[in-house]
Amino acid sequence: MTATIEKQKVLEKQGDNKSSKQPKDIVYKTSELNLWYGEIQALKNIDLDIYEKEVTAIIGPSGCGKSTYIKTLNRMIELVPGVKTSGEIAYRGRNIFDKSYGVEELRTKVGMVFQKPNPFPKSIYENVAYGPKIHGIRAKKILDEIVEKSLRGAAIWDEVKDRLNQNAYGLSGGQQQRLCIARCLAIEPDVILMDEPTSALDPISTLKVEELVQELKEEFSIIIVTHNMQQAARISDKTAFFLNGEVVEFAETDKIFSTPSDKRTEDYITGRFG
Amino acid sequence: MRLIDHAKVVNNMKPRILKNIFFKGVFFAATMFGLLVLGILLYRILTQGIGYLDLQFLQSLPSRKPEMAGVKTALIGTIWLMVVVAPVSLLLGVGTAIYLEEYARKNQFTNFIQINISNLAGVPSIVFGLLGLTVFVRALALGTSVLAAGLTMSLLVLPIIIVASQEAIRSVPNDLRQASFGMGATKWQTILRVVMPAAIPGILTGGILALSRAIGETAPLVVLGLPLFLAFLPKSVFDMFTVLPMQIYNWTGRPQEEFHALAAAGIIVLLILLIFMNSIAVFIRNKFQKRY
Repeated sequence: MTATIEKQKVLEKQGDNKSSKQPKDIVYKTSELNLWYGEIQALKNIDLDIYEKEVTAIIGPSGCGKSTYIKTLNRMIELVPGVKTSGEIAYRGRNIFDKSYGVEELRTKVGMVFQKPNPFPKSIYENVAYGPKIHGIRAKKILDEIVEKSLRGAAIWDEVKDRLNQNAYGLSGGQQQRLCIARCLAIEPDVILMDEPTSALDPISTLKVEELVQELKEEFSIIIVTHNMQQAARISDKTAFFLNGEVVEFAETDKIFSTPSDKRTEDYITGRFG
Repeated sequence: MRLIDHAKVVNNMKPRILKNIFFKGVFFAATMFGLLVLGILLYRILTQGIGYLDLQFLQSLPSRKPEMAGVKTALIGTIWLMVVVAPVSLLLGVGTAIYLEEYARKNQFTNFIQINISNLAGVPSIVFGLLGLTVFVRALALGTSVLAAGLTMSLLVLPIIIVASQEAIRSVPNDLRQASFGMGATKWQTILRVVMPAAIPGILTGGILALSRAIGETAPLVVLGLPLFLAFLPKSVFDMFTVLPMQIYNWTGRPQEEFHALAAAGIIVLLILLIFMNSIAVFIRNKFQKRY
Protein backbone atom coordinates (compact mmCIF):
# COMPACT_ATOMS: atom_id res chain seq x y z
CA MET A 1 0.00 0.00 0.00
CA THR A 2 2.72 2.45 0.98
CA ALA A 3 4.52 1.81 -2.27
CA THR A 4 1.46 2.82 -4.25
CA ILE A 5 1.18 6.07 -2.33
CA GLU A 6 4.23 7.24 -4.25
CA LYS A 7 2.32 6.60 -7.43
CA GLN A 8 -0.06 9.44 -6.68
CA LYS A 9 2.70 12.00 -6.88
CA VAL A 10 2.11 11.89 -10.59
CA LEU A 11 -1.07 13.81 -9.88
CA GLU A 12 0.89 16.85 -8.85
CA LYS A 13 2.91 16.96 -12.01
CA GLN A 14 0.00 16.21 -14.29
CA GLY A 15 0.39 17.17 -17.89
CA ASP A 16 3.95 15.89 -18.17
CA ASN A 17 3.22 12.60 -19.82
CA LYS A 18 1.25 13.75 -22.82
CA SER A 19 4.01 12.69 -25.15
CA SER A 20 3.75 8.96 -24.42
CA LYS A 21 2.24 7.18 -27.36
CA GLN A 22 2.88 3.51 -26.60
CA PRO A 23 -0.15 1.19 -26.74
CA LYS A 24 -2.18 1.15 -23.55
CA ASP A 25 -2.98 -1.92 -21.50
CA ILE A 26 -6.43 -3.36 -21.26
CA VAL A 27 -7.87 -3.02 -17.75
CA TYR A 28 -11.19 -4.69 -18.26
CA LYS A 29 -11.87 -7.27 -20.90
CA THR A 30 -15.51 -8.24 -21.02
CA SER A 31 -16.40 -11.28 -23.09
CA GLU A 32 -19.84 -12.64 -23.77
CA LEU A 33 -21.28 -11.22 -20.58
CA ASN A 34 -24.93 -11.97 -19.93
CA LEU A 35 -26.81 -10.89 -16.85
CA TRP A 36 -30.30 -11.65 -15.63
CA TYR A 37 -32.42 -10.11 -12.91
CA GLY A 38 -34.45 -13.21 -12.15
CA GLU A 39 -36.01 -14.02 -15.53
CA ILE A 40 -35.34 -10.67 -17.15
CA GLN A 41 -32.17 -10.41 -19.15
CA ALA A 42 -30.54 -7.04 -18.59
CA LEU A 43 -27.24 -7.53 -20.40
CA LYS A 44 -26.85 -9.50 -23.62
CA ASN A 45 -23.56 -10.76 -24.96
CA ILE A 46 -21.46 -7.80 -23.98
CA ASP A 47 -17.96 -7.66 -25.42
CA LEU A 48 -16.02 -4.61 -24.40
CA ASP A 49 -12.35 -3.77 -23.88
CA ILE A 50 -11.56 -0.92 -21.57
CA TYR A 51 -8.09 0.59 -21.74
CA GLU A 52 -6.12 2.11 -18.92
CA LYS A 53 -5.73 5.82 -18.28
CA GLU A 54 -8.62 6.71 -20.46
CA VAL A 55 -12.11 7.91 -19.83
CA THR A 56 -14.63 5.45 -21.17
CA ALA A 57 -18.16 6.78 -21.28
CA ILE A 58 -21.20 4.56 -21.34
CA ILE A 59 -24.29 6.19 -22.76
CA GLY A 60 -27.76 5.00 -23.57
CA PRO A 61 -31.40 5.56 -22.71
CA SER A 62 -32.82 4.67 -19.29
CA GLY A 63 -33.07 0.95 -18.71
CA CYS A 64 -30.48 0.07 -21.36
CA GLY A 65 -28.26 -1.69 -18.84
CA LYS A 66 -25.50 0.87 -18.56
CA SER A 67 -25.72 1.16 -14.77
CA THR A 68 -26.06 -2.60 -14.48
CA TYR A 69 -22.89 -3.02 -16.50
CA ILE A 70 -20.79 -0.61 -14.47
CA LYS A 71 -22.01 -2.19 -11.23
CA THR A 72 -21.01 -5.57 -12.57
CA LEU A 73 -17.43 -4.37 -12.98
CA ASN A 74 -16.95 -4.26 -9.20
CA ARG A 75 -19.62 -6.87 -8.55
CA MET A 76 -21.80 -4.42 -6.64
CA ILE A 77 -24.65 -5.79 -8.73
CA GLU A 78 -24.57 -8.91 -6.57
CA LEU A 79 -26.22 -6.91 -3.79
CA VAL A 80 -29.40 -7.15 -5.84
CA PRO A 81 -31.15 -10.42 -5.00
CA GLY A 82 -31.64 -12.88 -7.84
CA VAL A 83 -28.86 -11.71 -10.14
CA LYS A 84 -27.27 -14.34 -12.38
CA THR A 85 -24.39 -13.86 -14.77
CA SER A 86 -22.62 -15.82 -17.46
CA GLY A 87 -19.54 -15.03 -19.47
CA GLU A 88 -16.39 -13.41 -18.23
CA ILE A 89 -15.01 -10.07 -17.13
CA ALA A 90 -11.25 -10.12 -16.83
CA TYR A 91 -9.77 -7.38 -14.71
CA ARG A 92 -6.05 -7.14 -15.50
CA GLY A 93 -6.23 -10.63 -16.90
CA ARG A 94 -8.08 -12.26 -14.01
CA ASN A 95 -11.72 -13.28 -14.16
CA ILE A 96 -13.58 -11.33 -11.50
CA PHE A 97 -16.24 -14.05 -11.28
CA ASP A 98 -13.59 -16.55 -10.31
CA LYS A 99 -14.38 -18.23 -6.99
CA SER A 100 -10.93 -17.45 -5.65
CA TYR A 101 -11.29 -13.73 -6.41
CA GLY A 102 -12.74 -12.03 -3.31
CA VAL A 103 -15.00 -9.06 -3.94
CA GLU A 104 -13.21 -7.14 -1.20
CA GLU A 105 -9.90 -7.61 -3.00
CA LEU A 106 -11.38 -6.49 -6.31
CA ARG A 107 -12.94 -3.40 -4.77
CA THR A 108 -9.69 -2.22 -3.23
CA LYS A 109 -8.48 -1.74 -6.80
CA VAL A 110 -11.73 -0.58 -8.32
CA GLY A 111 -13.26 2.43 -6.61
CA MET A 112 -16.77 3.66 -7.21
CA VAL A 113 -18.50 7.04 -7.20
CA PHE A 114 -22.25 6.89 -7.02
CA GLN A 115 -25.11 8.77 -8.59
CA LYS A 116 -26.15 10.55 -5.43
CA PRO A 117 -23.39 11.95 -3.22
CA ASN A 118 -23.24 9.52 -0.32
CA PRO A 119 -20.73 10.70 2.27
CA PHE A 120 -20.87 9.00 5.64
CA PRO A 121 -22.41 11.01 8.47
CA LYS A 122 -18.90 11.51 9.82
CA SER A 123 -16.32 14.27 9.64
CA ILE A 124 -14.69 15.15 6.34
CA TYR A 125 -11.45 13.63 7.60
CA GLU A 126 -13.11 10.41 8.69
CA ASN A 127 -14.87 10.08 5.36
CA VAL A 128 -11.61 10.11 3.45
CA ALA A 129 -9.73 8.03 6.02
CA TYR A 130 -12.45 5.37 5.99
CA GLY A 131 -11.05 3.32 3.12
CA PRO A 132 -7.44 3.20 4.33
CA LYS A 133 -8.67 2.43 7.86
CA ILE A 134 -10.72 -0.56 6.85
CA HIS A 135 -7.70 -1.84 4.98
CA GLY A 136 -5.75 -1.77 8.19
CA ILE A 137 -3.80 1.48 8.05
CA ARG A 138 -3.63 2.82 11.58
CA ALA A 139 -0.69 5.25 11.64
CA LYS A 140 -2.01 8.76 12.07
CA LYS A 141 0.79 10.27 10.01
CA ILE A 142 0.11 8.14 6.98
CA LEU A 143 -3.63 8.69 7.31
CA ASP A 144 -3.11 12.46 7.47
CA GLU A 145 -1.02 12.28 4.35
CA ILE A 146 -3.54 10.15 2.48
CA VAL A 147 -6.39 12.46 3.46
CA GLU A 148 -4.58 15.55 2.21
CA LYS A 149 -3.40 13.90 -0.98
CA SER A 150 -6.85 12.54 -1.76
CA LEU A 151 -8.63 15.82 -1.04
CA ARG A 152 -6.10 17.65 -3.23
CA GLY A 153 -6.58 15.01 -5.90
CA ALA A 154 -10.30 15.65 -5.85
CA ALA A 155 -9.75 19.43 -6.04
CA ILE A 156 -11.55 20.10 -2.80
CA TRP A 157 -8.63 20.53 -0.37
CA ASP A 158 -8.68 24.32 -0.39
CA GLU A 159 -12.37 24.40 0.38
CA VAL A 160 -12.25 22.03 3.34
CA LYS A 161 -8.73 22.16 4.77
CA ASP A 162 -9.84 24.37 7.68
CA ARG A 163 -12.79 22.23 8.64
CA LEU A 164 -11.63 18.66 8.28
CA ASN A 165 -13.29 17.75 11.54
CA GLN A 166 -16.68 19.09 10.62
CA ASN A 167 -19.48 16.85 9.49
CA ALA A 168 -19.49 16.13 5.77
CA TYR A 169 -23.22 16.83 5.67
CA GLY A 170 -22.45 20.53 6.01
CA LEU A 171 -20.97 20.57 2.52
CA SER A 172 -22.93 21.47 -0.59
CA GLY A 173 -24.04 18.72 -2.96
CA GLY A 174 -21.20 19.37 -5.37
CA GLN A 175 -18.63 19.42 -2.59
CA GLN A 176 -20.07 16.22 -1.19
CA GLN A 177 -19.64 14.53 -4.54
CA ARG A 178 -16.02 15.67 -4.79
CA LEU A 179 -15.53 14.45 -1.23
CA CYS A 180 -16.86 11.07 -2.35
CA ILE A 181 -14.33 11.14 -5.19
CA ALA A 182 -11.61 11.95 -2.64
CA ARG A 183 -12.81 9.09 -0.50
CA CYS A 184 -12.51 6.86 -3.52
CA LEU A 185 -8.99 8.12 -4.31
CA ALA A 186 -7.95 7.39 -0.75
CA ILE A 187 -7.92 3.65 -1.39
CA GLU A 188 -5.55 4.37 -4.29
CA PRO A 189 -7.54 2.49 -6.84
CA ASP A 190 -6.52 1.50 -10.32
CA VAL A 191 -9.94 2.06 -11.86
CA ILE A 192 -12.65 4.50 -10.87
CA LEU A 193 -16.22 3.65 -11.77
CA MET A 194 -18.59 6.60 -11.90
CA ASP A 195 -22.29 5.94 -12.08
CA GLU A 196 -23.89 9.16 -13.32
CA PRO A 197 -21.80 11.19 -10.88
CA THR A 198 -23.20 14.56 -11.87
CA SER A 199 -26.88 13.77 -12.30
CA ALA A 200 -27.71 15.22 -8.87
CA LEU A 201 -25.48 18.29 -9.24
CA ASP A 202 -25.95 21.85 -10.45
CA PRO A 203 -24.17 22.97 -13.66
CA ILE A 204 -21.20 24.58 -11.92
CA SER A 205 -20.55 21.59 -9.70
CA THR A 206 -20.97 19.40 -12.76
CA LEU A 207 -18.31 21.39 -14.56
CA LYS A 208 -15.93 20.99 -11.62
CA VAL A 209 -16.43 17.25 -11.55
CA GLU A 210 -15.90 17.08 -15.32
CA GLU A 211 -12.64 19.01 -15.04
CA LEU A 212 -11.63 16.71 -12.25
CA VAL A 213 -12.27 13.65 -14.39
CA GLN A 214 -9.95 15.10 -17.02
CA GLU A 215 -7.20 15.45 -14.43
CA LEU A 216 -7.79 12.07 -12.87
CA LYS A 217 -7.39 10.15 -16.11
CA GLU A 218 -3.69 10.92 -16.07
CA GLU A 219 -3.48 8.52 -13.18
CA PHE A 220 -6.56 6.33 -13.22
CA SER A 221 -8.70 4.48 -15.67
CA ILE A 222 -12.16 5.93 -15.51
CA ILE A 223 -15.43 4.42 -16.61
CA ILE A 224 -18.32 6.81 -16.44
CA VAL A 225 -22.00 6.18 -17.00
CA THR A 226 -23.89 9.22 -18.11
CA HIS A 227 -27.16 10.02 -19.78
CA ASN A 228 -25.83 13.42 -20.69
CA MET A 229 -24.44 13.03 -24.18
CA GLN A 230 -22.69 16.37 -24.20
CA GLN A 231 -20.90 15.28 -21.07
CA ALA A 232 -19.76 12.08 -22.73
CA ALA A 233 -18.57 14.09 -25.74
CA ARG A 234 -16.73 16.56 -23.55
CA ILE A 235 -14.85 14.29 -21.24
CA SER A 236 -14.44 10.82 -22.68
CA ASP A 237 -11.90 9.22 -24.98
CA LYS A 238 -14.06 6.27 -25.90
CA THR A 239 -17.80 5.88 -25.81
CA ALA A 240 -19.96 2.78 -25.66
CA PHE A 241 -23.59 3.10 -26.69
CA PHE A 242 -25.87 0.67 -24.91
CA LEU A 243 -29.38 -0.15 -26.03
CA ASN A 244 -31.71 -2.80 -24.58
CA GLY A 245 -28.85 -4.53 -22.82
CA GLU A 246 -26.57 -4.70 -25.84
CA VAL A 247 -23.57 -2.74 -26.93
CA VAL A 248 -24.64 -1.15 -30.19
CA GLU A 249 -21.44 0.67 -30.84
CA PHE A 250 -18.13 1.17 -29.09
CA ALA A 251 -15.50 3.47 -30.54
CA GLU A 252 -13.50 6.63 -30.12
CA THR A 253 -15.76 9.35 -28.77
CA ASP A 254 -15.00 11.63 -31.73
CA LYS A 255 -16.08 8.97 -34.12
CA ILE A 256 -19.27 8.10 -32.24
CA PHE A 257 -20.37 11.69 -32.21
CA SER A 258 -19.32 12.62 -35.73
CA THR A 259 -19.67 9.52 -37.85
CA PRO A 260 -21.50 6.78 -35.98
CA SER A 261 -21.58 3.56 -37.95
CA ASP A 262 -24.88 2.33 -36.57
CA LYS A 263 -28.17 4.00 -37.43
CA ARG A 264 -29.46 3.56 -33.87
CA THR A 265 -26.45 5.38 -32.44
CA GLU A 266 -27.03 8.22 -34.80
CA ASP A 267 -30.70 8.41 -33.88
CA TYR A 268 -29.85 8.47 -30.21
CA ILE A 269 -27.13 11.10 -30.29
CA THR A 270 -29.14 13.36 -32.55
CA GLY A 271 -31.97 13.14 -30.03
CA ARG A 272 -34.43 11.27 -32.16
CA PHE A 273 -35.22 8.93 -29.29
CA GLY A 274 -34.25 8.19 -25.67
CA MET B 1 -66.92 23.47 -22.67
CA ARG B 2 -66.02 23.63 -19.03
CA LEU B 3 -66.58 20.47 -17.08
CA ILE B 4 -66.43 22.17 -13.70
CA ASP B 5 -69.05 24.74 -12.73
CA HIS B 6 -67.09 27.07 -10.50
CA ALA B 7 -70.15 28.84 -9.13
CA LYS B 8 -71.42 25.51 -7.86
CA VAL B 9 -68.06 24.67 -6.34
CA VAL B 10 -68.05 27.93 -4.40
CA ASN B 11 -71.60 27.27 -3.21
CA ASN B 12 -70.58 23.89 -1.89
CA MET B 13 -67.63 25.32 -0.02
CA LYS B 14 -69.36 25.91 3.31
CA PRO B 15 -70.33 22.33 4.22
CA ARG B 16 -66.85 21.17 3.29
CA ILE B 17 -65.23 23.70 5.59
CA LEU B 18 -67.69 22.91 8.38
CA LYS B 19 -66.92 19.22 8.04
CA ASN B 20 -63.25 19.99 8.35
CA ILE B 21 -63.83 21.97 11.53
CA PHE B 22 -66.01 19.19 12.93
CA PHE B 23 -63.40 16.51 12.40
CA LYS B 24 -60.67 18.68 13.78
CA GLY B 25 -62.81 18.93 16.95
CA VAL B 26 -63.33 15.16 17.07
CA PHE B 27 -59.62 14.43 16.86
CA PHE B 28 -58.81 17.10 19.41
CA ALA B 29 -61.36 15.60 21.80
CA ALA B 30 -59.80 12.15 21.30
CA THR B 31 -56.40 13.54 22.22
CA MET B 32 -57.81 15.37 25.23
CA PHE B 33 -59.57 12.25 26.50
CA GLY B 34 -56.27 10.49 27.01
CA LEU B 35 -54.74 13.51 28.67
CA LEU B 36 -57.74 13.90 30.97
CA VAL B 37 -57.60 10.30 32.14
CA LEU B 38 -53.88 10.60 32.74
CA GLY B 39 -54.45 13.82 34.67
CA ILE B 40 -57.07 12.28 36.94
CA LEU B 41 -54.89 9.26 37.53
CA LEU B 42 -51.88 11.36 38.44
CA TYR B 43 -53.96 13.62 40.64
CA ARG B 44 -55.43 10.72 42.63
CA ILE B 45 -52.10 9.02 43.11
CA LEU B 46 -50.26 12.20 43.98
CA THR B 47 -52.82 13.39 46.56
CA GLN B 48 -53.00 9.93 48.07
CA GLY B 49 -49.35 9.02 48.13
CA ILE B 50 -47.43 12.25 48.46
CA GLY B 51 -47.77 12.25 52.25
CA TYR B 52 -45.82 9.01 52.56
CA LEU B 53 -43.21 9.91 50.02
CA ASP B 54 -40.01 10.86 51.83
CA LEU B 55 -36.46 9.62 52.26
CA GLN B 56 -37.52 7.26 54.99
CA PHE B 57 -39.98 5.62 52.59
CA LEU B 58 -37.15 4.96 50.15
CA GLN B 59 -34.80 3.67 52.85
CA SER B 60 -37.09 1.39 54.83
CA LEU B 61 -37.74 -2.29 54.43
CA PRO B 62 -41.35 -3.42 54.13
CA SER B 63 -43.17 -3.73 57.42
CA ARG B 64 -46.48 -4.77 58.87
CA LYS B 65 -46.82 -1.29 60.31
CA PRO B 66 -47.66 1.18 57.55
CA GLU B 67 -45.80 4.10 59.13
CA MET B 68 -42.55 2.09 59.15
CA ALA B 69 -42.91 0.46 55.73
CA GLY B 70 -40.76 1.42 52.75
CA VAL B 71 -39.79 0.37 49.25
CA LYS B 72 -36.09 -0.25 49.73
CA THR B 73 -36.13 -3.97 48.92
CA ALA B 74 -38.42 -3.42 45.94
CA LEU B 75 -36.44 -0.51 44.53
CA ILE B 76 -33.12 -2.33 44.88
CA GLY B 77 -34.78 -5.45 43.46
CA THR B 78 -35.94 -3.52 40.41
CA ILE B 79 -32.40 -2.27 39.84
CA TRP B 80 -31.07 -5.83 40.17
CA LEU B 81 -33.61 -6.97 37.64
CA MET B 82 -32.37 -4.32 35.21
CA VAL B 83 -28.79 -5.47 35.68
CA VAL B 84 -29.82 -8.83 34.22
CA VAL B 85 -32.43 -7.71 31.69
CA ALA B 86 -30.48 -4.87 30.05
CA PRO B 87 -27.41 -6.78 28.84
CA VAL B 88 -29.22 -10.04 28.06
CA SER B 89 -32.07 -8.50 26.08
CA LEU B 90 -29.94 -5.91 24.29
CA LEU B 91 -27.26 -8.40 23.21
CA LEU B 92 -29.77 -10.99 22.03
CA GLY B 93 -32.11 -8.43 20.50
CA VAL B 94 -29.56 -6.35 18.62
CA GLY B 95 -27.73 -9.50 17.50
CA THR B 96 -30.94 -10.94 16.08
CA ALA B 97 -31.81 -7.66 14.39
CA ILE B 98 -28.37 -7.40 12.76
CA TYR B 99 -28.58 -10.96 11.53
CA LEU B 100 -32.06 -10.57 10.10
CA GLU B 101 -31.42 -7.18 8.48
CA GLU B 102 -27.85 -7.46 7.28
CA TYR B 103 -26.88 -11.08 6.88
CA ALA B 104 -29.95 -13.27 6.43
CA ARG B 105 -31.24 -13.80 2.93
CA LYS B 106 -34.82 -12.82 2.42
CA ASN B 107 -36.50 -16.18 2.00
CA GLN B 108 -39.42 -18.13 3.41
CA PHE B 109 -37.49 -19.11 6.49
CA THR B 110 -36.51 -15.57 7.51
CA ASN B 111 -40.01 -14.45 6.66
CA PHE B 112 -41.31 -17.09 9.05
CA ILE B 113 -38.95 -15.88 11.79
CA GLN B 114 -40.00 -12.31 11.16
CA ILE B 115 -43.70 -13.07 11.49
CA ASN B 116 -43.10 -15.01 14.68
CA ILE B 117 -41.12 -12.19 16.25
CA SER B 118 -44.03 -9.86 15.60
CA ASN B 119 -46.41 -12.45 17.03
CA LEU B 120 -44.22 -12.87 20.07
CA ALA B 121 -44.52 -9.14 20.76
CA GLY B 122 -48.27 -9.67 21.07
CA VAL B 123 -48.15 -12.68 23.41
CA PRO B 124 -49.65 -11.84 26.84
CA SER B 125 -46.96 -11.34 29.45
CA ILE B 126 -48.45 -13.97 31.72
CA VAL B 127 -47.58 -16.60 29.11
CA PHE B 128 -43.95 -15.55 29.40
CA GLY B 129 -44.36 -15.97 33.14
CA LEU B 130 -45.47 -19.58 32.64
CA LEU B 131 -42.53 -20.16 30.31
CA GLY B 132 -40.14 -18.71 32.87
CA LEU B 133 -41.66 -20.83 35.62
CA THR B 134 -41.23 -24.03 33.62
CA VAL B 135 -37.82 -23.35 32.13
CA PHE B 136 -35.86 -21.11 34.46
CA VAL B 137 -37.46 -21.62 37.89
CA ARG B 138 -38.10 -25.37 37.67
CA ALA B 139 -36.09 -27.01 34.86
CA LEU B 140 -32.92 -25.00 35.39
CA ALA B 141 -33.66 -24.85 39.13
CA LEU B 142 -32.87 -21.16 39.43
CA GLY B 143 -35.75 -20.66 41.87
CA THR B 144 -37.37 -17.26 42.22
CA SER B 145 -33.99 -15.62 41.79
CA VAL B 146 -33.01 -12.38 40.11
CA LEU B 147 -31.53 -14.45 37.28
CA ALA B 148 -34.71 -16.46 36.62
CA ALA B 149 -36.89 -13.36 36.65
CA GLY B 150 -34.36 -11.40 34.62
CA LEU B 151 -34.19 -14.03 31.90
CA THR B 152 -37.98 -14.26 31.79
CA MET B 153 -38.28 -10.49 31.47
CA SER B 154 -35.56 -10.47 28.81
CA LEU B 155 -37.61 -12.87 26.72
CA LEU B 156 -40.67 -10.70 27.25
CA VAL B 157 -39.04 -7.53 25.92
CA LEU B 158 -36.86 -9.23 23.31
CA PRO B 159 -39.40 -8.88 20.46
CA ILE B 160 -39.75 -5.16 21.17
CA ILE B 161 -35.99 -4.66 21.06
CA ILE B 162 -35.61 -6.75 17.91
CA VAL B 163 -38.32 -4.87 16.05
CA ALA B 164 -37.05 -1.45 17.18
CA SER B 165 -33.47 -2.34 16.26
CA GLN B 166 -34.52 -3.71 12.89
CA GLU B 167 -36.31 -0.48 12.13
CA ALA B 168 -33.29 1.55 13.20
CA ILE B 169 -30.99 -0.57 11.04
CA ARG B 170 -33.36 -0.42 8.10
CA SER B 171 -33.52 3.37 8.31
CA VAL B 172 -29.79 3.63 7.55
CA PRO B 173 -29.71 4.53 3.85
CA ASN B 174 -28.46 1.82 1.52
CA ASP B 175 -26.23 4.41 -0.15
CA LEU B 176 -23.97 4.35 2.88
CA ARG B 177 -23.63 0.57 2.84
CA GLN B 178 -22.82 0.68 -0.86
CA ALA B 179 -20.20 3.37 -0.33
CA SER B 180 -18.56 1.14 2.25
CA PHE B 181 -18.79 -2.07 0.21
CA GLY B 182 -17.52 -0.12 -2.80
CA MET B 183 -14.24 0.48 -1.01
CA GLY B 184 -13.73 -3.15 -0.25
CA ALA B 185 -15.10 -3.21 3.27
CA THR B 186 -16.45 -6.51 4.52
CA LYS B 187 -19.97 -6.81 5.77
CA TRP B 188 -18.89 -6.76 9.40
CA GLN B 189 -16.73 -3.66 8.88
CA THR B 190 -19.66 -1.96 7.22
CA ILE B 191 -22.00 -2.92 10.04
CA LEU B 192 -19.56 -1.86 12.73
CA ARG B 193 -18.40 1.41 11.21
CA VAL B 194 -21.32 2.64 9.14
CA VAL B 195 -24.59 0.95 10.04
CA MET B 196 -24.24 0.76 13.82
CA PRO B 197 -23.16 4.37 14.46
CA ALA B 198 -26.14 5.56 12.46
CA ALA B 199 -28.57 3.08 13.99
CA ILE B 200 -27.49 3.28 17.63
CA PRO B 201 -29.83 6.16 18.65
CA GLY B 202 -32.84 4.24 17.39
CA ILE B 203 -31.65 1.03 18.99
CA LEU B 204 -31.03 2.65 22.36
CA THR B 205 -34.36 4.46 22.31
CA GLY B 206 -36.16 1.19 21.61
CA GLY B 207 -34.04 -0.58 24.19
CA ILE B 208 -34.78 1.87 26.95
CA LEU B 209 -38.50 1.85 26.21
CA ALA B 210 -38.39 -1.94 26.34
CA LEU B 211 -36.60 -1.81 29.70
CA SER B 212 -39.25 0.57 31.02
CA ARG B 213 -41.79 -2.04 30.07
CA ALA B 214 -39.83 -4.66 31.98
CA ILE B 215 -39.75 -2.43 35.04
CA GLY B 216 -43.52 -2.03 35.08
CA GLU B 217 -44.50 -5.61 34.27
CA THR B 218 -46.04 -7.58 37.15
CA ALA B 219 -47.98 -10.56 35.81
CA PRO B 220 -45.05 -12.79 34.80
CA LEU B 221 -43.36 -12.20 38.14
CA VAL B 222 -46.50 -13.20 40.00
CA VAL B 223 -46.49 -16.44 38.04
CA LEU B 224 -42.80 -17.01 38.79
CA GLY B 225 -43.76 -16.80 42.46
CA LEU B 226 -41.78 -13.78 43.56
CA PRO B 227 -42.36 -13.10 47.25
CA LEU B 228 -44.82 -10.36 48.07
CA PHE B 229 -43.09 -9.65 51.31
CA LEU B 230 -39.33 -9.67 51.60
CA ALA B 231 -37.34 -8.09 54.38
CA PHE B 232 -33.82 -8.57 53.05
CA LEU B 233 -31.85 -7.43 50.02
CA PRO B 234 -30.50 -9.73 47.29
CA LYS B 235 -26.71 -10.09 47.34
CA SER B 236 -26.26 -11.85 44.01
CA VAL B 237 -28.31 -12.77 40.96
CA PHE B 238 -29.11 -16.12 42.57
CA ASP B 239 -30.93 -14.55 45.53
CA MET B 240 -34.61 -14.11 46.07
CA PHE B 241 -35.90 -10.61 45.47
CA THR B 242 -38.98 -8.57 44.80
CA VAL B 243 -39.68 -5.55 42.62
CA LEU B 244 -41.67 -2.31 42.81
CA PRO B 245 -44.81 -3.48 40.98
CA MET B 246 -44.96 -6.55 43.22
CA GLN B 247 -44.66 -4.39 46.32
CA ILE B 248 -47.40 -2.09 45.04
CA TYR B 249 -49.58 -5.07 44.22
CA ASN B 250 -49.05 -6.39 47.74
CA TRP B 251 -49.99 -3.10 49.38
CA THR B 252 -53.10 -2.51 47.29
CA GLY B 253 -54.35 -5.94 48.36
CA ARG B 254 -54.33 -5.07 52.05
CA PRO B 255 -57.53 -3.95 53.79
CA GLN B 256 -56.00 -0.99 55.69
CA GLU B 257 -56.40 2.43 54.11
CA GLU B 258 -52.79 3.38 55.00
CA PHE B 259 -51.39 0.66 52.79
CA HIS B 260 -53.35 2.02 49.84
CA ALA B 261 -51.61 5.34 50.40
CA LEU B 262 -48.31 3.48 50.57
CA ALA B 263 -49.14 1.82 47.27
CA ALA B 264 -49.78 5.26 45.78
CA ALA B 265 -46.40 6.42 47.05
CA GLY B 266 -44.82 3.32 45.51
CA ILE B 267 -46.50 4.10 42.21
CA ILE B 268 -45.03 7.60 42.33
CA VAL B 269 -41.56 6.11 42.79
CA LEU B 270 -42.17 3.75 39.88
CA LEU B 271 -43.49 6.58 37.70
CA ILE B 272 -40.48 8.76 38.48
CA LEU B 273 -38.20 5.89 37.53
CA LEU B 274 -40.07 5.40 34.26
CA ILE B 275 -40.12 9.10 33.41
CA PHE B 276 -36.40 9.22 34.13
CA MET B 277 -35.72 6.32 31.76
CA ASN B 278 -37.97 7.70 29.05
CA SER B 279 -36.25 11.05 29.24
CA ILE B 280 -32.92 9.32 28.71
CA ALA B 281 -34.45 7.77 25.60
CA VAL B 282 -35.67 11.15 24.37
CA PHE B 283 -32.31 12.73 25.17
CA ILE B 284 -30.42 10.08 23.21
CA ARG B 285 -32.80 10.42 20.30
CA ASN B 286 -32.40 14.18 20.11
CA LYS B 287 -28.71 14.28 20.78
CA PHE B 288 -27.52 11.60 18.39
CA GLN B 289 -30.17 11.58 15.74
CA LYS B 290 -28.64 11.89 12.29
CA ARG B 291 -30.41 13.31 9.33
CA TYR B 292 -29.69 12.11 5.85
